[in-house]
Amino acid sequence: MPARTRTPGGPTLARRLWRSWQARIGGTIVVGLVLIVLLAPTLAPYDPLHPSVLDRFQGPSRAHWFGTDDLGRDILSRIVYGSRVSLRIGVIAVGIAFAAGVSLGLLAGFYRRLDNPIMRTIDVLLAFPGLLLAIAILGALGPSLTNAMIAVGITTVPSFVRITRSAVLRVRSQEYVEASRALGVRDGRILIRHVLPNISPEIIVTTTLSMANTILAASVLSFLGLGAQPPTPEWGAMVFVAKNYLGLAPHTALFPILAIFVTVLGFNFLGDGLRDALDPRLYQR
Amino acid sequence: MGSYIARRLLLAVPVLFGVSVLVFLILHLTPGNPALVIAGPDAPPNVVRDVERSLGLDQPLYIQYGRYLARIVRGDFGRSIQSREPVVDRLLATFPVTLTLAVVGVVWTIVVSVPMGIVAAYRRNSVVDLASIVVVLTGSAVPVFAVGLILLWIFAILLRWLPLGGYASLATVDGWRDIALPAITVGSGTMALLARLTRSSMLESLNQEYVRTARAKGMHELRVVVRHAFRNALLPVITIVGLQFGFLLSGAVVTETIFSLPGMGRLLVDAILSRDFPIVQGAVLFLAVTFVLTNLLVDVVYAVVDPRVRYQ
Repeated sequence: MPARTRTPGGPTLARRLWRSWQARIGGTIVVGLVLIVLLAPTLAPYDPLHPSVLDRFQGPSRAHWFGTDDLGRDILSRIVYGSRVSLRIGVIAVGIAFAAGVSLGLLAGFYRRLDNPIMRTIDVLLAFPGLLLAIAILGALGPSLTNAMIAVGITTVPSFVRITRSAVLRVRSQEYVEASRALGVRDGRILIRHVLPNISPEIIVTTTLSMANTILAASVLSFLGLGAQPPTPEWGAMVFVAKNYLGLAPHTALFPILAIFVTVLGFNFLGDGLRDALDPRLYQR
Repeated sequence: MGSYIARRLLLAVPVLFGVSVLVFLILHLTPGNPALVIAGPDAPPNVVRDVERSLGLDQPLYIQYGRYLARIVRGDFGRSIQSREPVVDRLLATFPVTLTLAVVGVVWTIVVSVPMGIVAAYRRNSVVDLASIVVVLTGSAVPVFAVGLILLWIFAILLRWLPLGGYASLATVDGWRDIALPAITVGSGTMALLARLTRSSMLESLNQEYVRTARAKGMHELRVVVRHAFRNALLPVITIVGLQFGFLLSGAVVTETIFSLPGMGRLLVDAILSRDFPIVQGAVLFLAVTFVLTNLLVDVVYAVVDPRVRYQ
């Protein structure tokens, strides 16, 4: 039975990541997305908000690669700028979930007495199926892009709490934590200096996979008219408008759907690849 | 068995209590004065005060919650701001549609994905197996609304085989034609998951000693797979079906919007857009409680199927 320890001089994380086909595809998509976000003004051939009544519902052509929408706006340009909105949704929503979820998970895992109240509160959040909690929060805050980010962020908190808590429970009784305690190191310092770095693989994977889920969830909210509002070039909101013209111009819905699909697939693949690469049990031989 | 069910019921009580608190707070999380939102921005102060009084907003929060709880226990969810109808009437009128959609969706999903998972496990690395992998990978990245719109486009607009939307009783042929596309849509996310889960669960049980024993006894192969292997692979499948049933209820929100079904999900979205808080509160509470009760039911079924669970 081989020892389940990390071999010093084992392959670096980047190399292990590159070995997985999922991580290669996912990584390429995510890097591409970030480039599109940064270079949007250069890449977009037209102003994403500029209507042109004479050019309504044009099919894909050399002038408009992805065609034009109901107001004659260039769909490619709107998708390029939409990448900014989608990535921002992902980063902010996951940021909220990360900040709240990791802190609560650390507290619940580290302090026995806080475990029960925190986890029972999380149980209540989990009593709402999937999107319903986000929709309920939007019912209170009112429909808007910012509120959709907050709502999706809150919905994602439970998964961070659970992952962090179970990871803390795993490392809490390790010798290095006990040793720090014996040396009289303060709890806050133990949590941040010793516990957090050792549970980071789980958190990194959850963060990446949550990017996919939050972008997907926010697109659904926008599709329902509860998230981004027109004329914001958000992919879900674009499909929300396009669904009224499905018979006339199906391409107005198709391209934003493809954009969502590729982006979500990218983060999912990267997350799965990271999980494999960060799990030492999988690569030691 | 009785004590197991009683224990599970008791565990559900604090969760249901928490759900009611959260739903109650929806109205109070609203930025600004909810009475002002309800009465309208230009309403004179005395009207706003009247609305405050009628909603009980002038009372301390815990008294408001106590009254709220007392009302919903009696089935009084208040009145819609828009139509002045009792909320409970709207909920009872729309819930059967959502429930029908979810049930037909679940049944359709099981009928397709469980046999697919069994075949994928039995013929590992075959075309069916690879196809199921592709379905799962794409299924996890496609939003429900995309599946719905693509189906709508192909079967209702291009081929004109099925209607664009609408709802009729399932006792009629039209009812089934109406529900077909929505049911496939609502189950699409679960289908991929369930097929993969059935596959991995079957792979495990096909390798067990009792399967080898059954074969050694000369039992018919179909009987071995269905009676011996699948029966033992059923447990994780039931869990996922149960859990996903709740998610189908929320997926119904999207599906009902696409196919213009008069269900509770659409009622909820319309209520949010028109700021009809009593309807929002009622529908969210109703759906969340249904979800909690479904999970409870799954746990009980679980214990019936697998006696080991009861003794843990």
